[in-house]
Amino acid sequence: MIEVRNLQKSYGELDVLAGVSLRVEQGEFVSILGPSGCGKSTLFSILTGIEPADGGEILIDGVPPTEPRPFAWMPQSDALFPWRTVEQNIALGFEVAGGLGRREASERARALLPTFGLEGFADTRPYHLSGGMRQRAALARTVAQGRNTLLLDEPFGALDALTRTDLQLWLGEIWARERWTVVLITHDVREAVLLSDRVYVLGPRPGTVVGEFEVSLPRPRGIATLGSPAAAELEVELLQALGVGQSAAH
Amino acid sequence: MSRARGILERVWPPLVVLALGVVAWELYSRLSGIGNAVLPPPSRVAESGWADHASLWDNTLPTLREVLIGFALSLVFAFVVSVAIDASGIARRSLMPVLVGSQTIPLIVLAPLVVIWFGFGLTPKILLVALVTFFPIVVGLVEGYASSDRDAITLLRTMGASWSKTFRLVRLPAALPGFFTGLRIAITYAVVAAIFAEYAGAEFGLGVYMQGAKASFRTDLVLAAVVVSALLTLVLFAATYVVQALVIPWYAESKRVPQ
Repeated sequence: MIEVRNLQKSYGELDVLAGVSLRVEQGEFVSILGPSGCGKSTLFSILTGIEPADGGEILIDGVPPTEPRPFAWMPQSDALFPWRTVEQNIALGFEVAGGLGRREASERARALLPTFGLEGFADTRPYHLSGGMRQRAALARTVAQGRNTLLLDEPFGALDALTRTDLQLWLGEIWARERWTVVLITHDVREAVLLSDRVYVLGPRPGTVVGEFEVSLPRPRGIATLGSPAAAELEVELLQALGVGQSAAH
Repeated sequence: MSRARGILERVWPPLVVLALGVVAWELYSRLSGIGNAVLPPPSRVAESGWADHASLWDNTLPTLREVLIGFALSLVFAFVVSVAIDASGIARRSLMPVLVGSQTIPLIVLAPLVVIWFGFGLTPKILLVALVTFFPIVVGLVEGYASSDRDAITLLRTMGASWSKTFRLVRLPAALPGFFTGLRIAITYAVVAAIFAEYAGAEFGLGVYMQGAKASFRTDLVLAAVVVSALLTLVLFAATYVVQALVIPWYAESKRVPQ
């Protein structure tokens, strides 16, 4: 179990995180929903150890994390290397985070391709892929790191609406099979409802948790889930927690 | 097929411009009565150059050798210096101003000095070629490293990669397009630098050939040697594209894909 307690971070005068606390159980899919600039990405930087926190603590099963930290990060941009093929890009996770040799890393990357719908694209370079396929390759590279928890930073943010919905449904399916522990950063309310077990809502900067919601919609969830009254109700609650539509200025 | 046509389409406009220039020059030289010692027509330059092609060739090879060895030396040093600059802020702050300063030394002053220091052999030519080609290559590499995708660098850090691993896996490949740009700028200076060094004192080379031809008022042969040096530069320039296509095929490909 991951516990984040009272995490604080500021850049000079600018308070970014003002005491964020949350927990993620093993095998749980947790979303962090918040407006732009609420410090969601900073939270990931602190979790992965890229940036130090100014206060608070992170506990993994009750103790501070040891290096290498059990988090595999997927950046907002897919950050696929154009000089590497799809297979080589995925192999990067095995090679660098997993410390495997080149050949073994390639073999294991190749074995992942069908799971991520990339069969037959092993030797394709990323610039020949569609946006959706690029995100799937980037997710495969994240999984290939072999870490306990996936940290996904708005993975579908740059996609068109149709592709995004497609990939959300796909991620829901594959997660149901693989049961990774996932923390997903998003500002897409529907995405959070469709995929999560639990949703934390962060307020505008400085980020604090303004609400925690259980998503008790039955699984497997599909496109029909989105039309259910329970899902619609939750979406409204989340939007209200985010403060959307409450400002007279709009 | 379409690629061959693309190359053809890029080649003919400069050829037309060149041909027009040559025709104008030919007419002017013949009709103005300016005299062959001052400005021989291109037809005469070609004719005399061809008649003396054995000697021209014998003097082209030493120049080419100086260029290639000097360039190789420059590449090695430029790579080492660029890595140092990328790795350490102190190296960047202390080396960059010196490098920029080194570019302000006029070649015409430096060439005879290098000959005084290192004699008439190969060394001063190599050094001069290396000196003028070094800077654009370093800048191409350093700016190339800096153009690496920030997320990719952060990603490798979260994976626990060391500096050298990050350099090898991200920064170096990301720098290669910039490196080839620097290389092309450098190569256009290289032949000129070698000829300069030969002018200052040498036994063979296009610079020596030009000097000899000039001393005997053979303007046609001077110009023939100029044409050869221009062709040499063009061939080397084109060669960088061939090497680039072999080393980073992904670069041109990724540019062709509509985003």
